Amino acid sequence: MRRNRHTLLWNLAFVLVLVGIGFFIYKSSLKINYSWNWRAVPSYLVYKAQQEIDSPVQGIVKGFKNGKVVIETIKGNIVAFKVEHPTLKKGAVVDAGDEIGYNTSYKAGPLLMGLYMTIKVSVVSIIMALVIGLITGLMRISDNPLFKNLSTVYIEIIRGTPLLVQIFIVYFFIGTLFNMTRFIAGAFALAVFEGAYIAEIIRAGIQSIPRGQTEASLALGMNYFQIMRYIIIPQAFKRVLPALAGQFISLIKDSSLLSVISITELTKAGREVVASTFSPFEVWFTVAALYFVVTYSLSLLDRYLERRLAGDE
Amino acid sequence: MSDNGDYIIVAENVNKTYPNGVKALRDVSLKVKKGEVVVIIGASGSGKTTFLRTINQLETVDAGKIIVEGVDVTDPKTNLTKIRADIGMVFQHFNVFPHLTVLENVMLAQILVRKRKKEEARQIAMEFLTKVGIADKKDEYPTNLSGGQKQRVAIARALAMHPKIMLFDEATSALDPEMVGGILDIMKQLAREGKTMVVVTHEMGFAREAADRIVYMDSGKIIEMGTPEEIFNNPKTDRLKQFLSQIL
Repeated sequence: MRRNRHTLLWNLAFVLVLVGIGFFIYKSSLKINYSWNWRAVPSYLVYKAQQEIDSPVQGIVKGFKNGKVVIETIKGNIVAFKVEHPTLKKGAVVDAGDEIGYNTSYKAGPLLMGLYMTIKVSVVSIIMALVIGLITGLMRISDNPLFKNLSTVYIEIIRGTPLLVQIFIVYFFIGTLFNMTRFIAGAFALAVFEGAYIAEIIRAGIQSIPRGQTEASLALGMNYFQIMRYIIIPQAFKRVLPALAGQFISLIKDSSLLSVISITELTKAGREVVASTFSPFEVWFTVAALYFVVTYSLSLLDRYLERRLAGDE
Repeated sequence: MSDNGDYIIVAENVNKTYPNGVKALRDVSLKVKKGEVVVIIGASGSGKTTFLRTINQLETVDAGKIIVEGVDVTDPKTNLTKIRADIGMVFQHFNVFPHLTVLENVMLAQILVRKRKKEEARQIAMEFLTKVGIADKKDEYPTNLSGGQKQRVAIARALAMHPKIMLFDEATSALDPEMVGGILDIMKQLAREGKTMVVVTHEMGFAREAADRIVYMDSGKIIEMGTPEEIFNNPKTDRLKQFLSQIL
């Protein structure tokens, strides 16, 4: 009972600290004379778009029925158009091309579009990075000096140079050479970068599987590919899942650097919104929150998978 | 070749030196007949496990030749996966696949290597799991099994390939004492059924009872070879006498 009370107390302290930090940020912003304008933010996530409806025919508005505007054309035909918000009155005369009203629909704002692009480029990149990482990881533990040295050189160079520089090189040099789109060049640059780290994770995972597993498989007559595919990689994958998830989260965050080659992902979208709203604090906090939603979901997925896979070991 | 016609394993002057300079095998020559049970005994580090592992080439040799079923396994051009499928092996540390169920452990290589249909593989797997007395655990993962049970799975896994030769590498050394008997009983039964077996073991009772021939190795060399009667009751060399006095 006493213990419980203490835990509660410390949890309360935790909440208090969070509130304190929030208050500090607010107070600081007052000091620099910042006027908060949170109300503008939601419309950059989702906004109500108006779509103008024009009459395709010439005639007279006869009335409104079931959300439709009924028009009698000059030839005497009766036609009806679906219009949510009519702007004309009964009896009005319309020409072809005249506005008779508008429809509204919810559209994703620039921030949500940016988030979508971030997710899209990350997913494509993660798949490529996994393939690169798996192949390079296997090359790294190969006895063949060609494969071994090639993978070592790749990993060392990638890990020894900044991602930002790599993105420029891939986009301006390789991208131009092979006529890559911005999107492909960006996803590829990210994949090449994260692939080097994934290769090391996979190498460590494979090397952590006891030698006896390979020996037993060899003794049963299995070949290298079968041993990797059915024995080693499934076991290694389970062991490296947390590290892989961490690397995927890094990749999602690193995708923000793609804004430098004008891919309108979340960060670039954020910059554009700031430029038009002059509300940098709100926008960047929102952008950060959106990144966090994605990375935290991935982190939860990882925990779920780890628990599910834990069953057999 | 013709003079080796009766023999399923022929090892001639096998030599091996480990990278650290230790001479593991010196001129080891051994012929094993079809259906014969050969038990290799010797102290730790005598090279008996190394020799056993050269038979299916888990260990390469530096010099000499090993012919299994008429195929030279020491020839680099030999397709080892094919011959290995015919040589079952049971390890000291079981080496069951922890990510597969007992049944899957026994089915996998049948499907991948023997190209059997899933249903057929399942039937054969169940046949051998029943034989080693562990059919009721077929859906368990190895982590839920005792050492003795894991070793039974490993034996069933090897037998399900219908190997022509079975190698046992100290199959009972890592077991709790109360588990040893059960595994030895399975091995004795296989010996009675006429399986060709090469067994490395410290279990002298098994050697005496099941072996057709016993090979005594020391410092990488075969020192003496003979029937259990000759080896246990009438050892010729001092080294074997000393070894037996220590172990019995």
